[in-house]
Amino acid sequence: MTAEKLSNAQIAWRAAQDIVDGAYVNLGIGFPEMVAQYQPPGRQAIFHTENGILDFGPAPKPGAEDWDLINAGKKAVTLKPGSAFFDHATSFAMVRGGHLDVAILGAYQVAQSGDLANWSTGPKGVPAVGGAMDLVHGAKRVAVITEHVTKDGKPKLVERCTLPLTGVGCVTRVYTSLAVIDIDGGKFVLREKLANMTLDALQALTGAKLHIDGAVGELKVPSLAA
Amino acid sequence: MNKTIASLADAVSVIGDGASVMIGGFGGSGSPIELIHALIDKGVKGLTVVNNNAGNGHVGLAALIEAGCVAKLICSFPRSADPVVFTERYLAGKIELELVPQGTLAERIRAGGAGIPAFYTPTSYGTDLAKGKPVAEFDGRSYVQERWLKADFALVKAEIGDTHGNLTYRAAARNFGPLMCMASSTAIVQVSKLVEPGGIAPESVITPGIFVQKVVEVPNPAQEEDLNRAGARYP
Repeated sequence: MTAEKLSNAQIAWRAAQDIVDGAYVNLGIGFPEMVAQYQPPGRQAIFHTENGILDFGPAPKPGAEDWDLINAGKKAVTLKPGSAFFDHATSFAMVRGGHLDVAILGAYQVAQSGDLANWSTGPKGVPAVGGAMDLVHGAKRVAVITEHVTKDGKPKLVERCTLPLTGVGCVTRVYTSLAVIDIDGGKFVLREKLANMTLDALQALTGAKLHIDGAVGELKVPSLAA
Repeated sequence: MNKTIASLADAVSVIGDGASVMIGGFGGSGSPIELIHALIDKGVKGLTVVNNNAGNGHVGLAALIEAGCVAKLICSFPRSADPVVFTERYLAGKIELELVPQGTLAERIRAGGAGIPAFYTPTSYGTDLAKGKPVAEFDGRSYVQERWLKADFALVKAEIGDTHGNLTYRAAARNFGPLMCMASSTAIVQVSKLVEPGGIAPESVITPGIFVQKVVEVPNPAQEEDLNRAGARYP
């Protein structure tokens, strides 16, 4: 592994490795949806979508869409044997009621306290929240997948979020383009980093202190065609 | 008992200026396009509309907004592939927006239908959307108080309905339908197929008829996505 950083597909692949067989999983719209493509062989996760489907499958072929069969991103999906439909209140009972094993979400900023900002970049334009504020509560694990820094090089892992919060103290693990980091007791704890990245270099791209608690593993992923 | 209404125009004729109207659907899935268009034809002003979204393109909810019928929208996600109708009016200050987290919106509607005036949820605690709302701690965690949401009318799309108002829904088009039927004084439902009582097995009824006041049959209803891909506009 000599890449400077992981591609989005590689970040999604790494997050998928931590999803156990039989897990009930919600993937946020956009980038997190990629995680579904990288389920390890022999494991079956059941995917939940907020609009009211459990155990949906990938997109149908163009022309075969059923527009009553969509995901939270309003993209057409398919059913699997064992799928279920339910109303919106039941769907969010699954979310808030602690019935999901994992929610994997995108982020603008994550704070060392586990605070997440991923719904608004400020007061301009039309505000829209969707299910973001619900999803951060109730899943047994709330993980984030993200670039380690913003497009203009600013840290996305910070001491305190400056953007509007989605939830307080909710994130438990962050998979970035450079590292895997747990949030534990109000601290970022480094679990894995790319082999070619020194701890100092990684710390310089991180907006809060990275703590070491035991061995730091190598963040290893397959090359994955783009 | 027969809750059947002969025409879409008759079905929406009871909705007047200033009414609150819940409209089912998540994006285009479950959107009662024909009922919405009938309401545009009737011509109403100053509606408060509850929907998950704010319309897409120039049909359905977007067309209702474009026709100037809506004064206030209560929704969770006022963005879509083509949100221009809502966006322009919102940025020009011509329509009011109450933004509600999606699960909170669903539960407020459910609570409205279930006679629960308020409830506590972890959702939005510590965020801008909790500002001004009471907060309380239960078993060591903090929760935000939310109020029930009720409406004068609901416009809902179902799959099969009988003359008593018992309903089934197609695929994921169910979404807000069962909740909005419960939370509205008058639930007006378009069904793709109307049957006699007994035509739906009791085990298969999703919305029991007690929550439904008017049923109108609309065979082969339009899908918002198909209309938008065809570049449709209403009227």
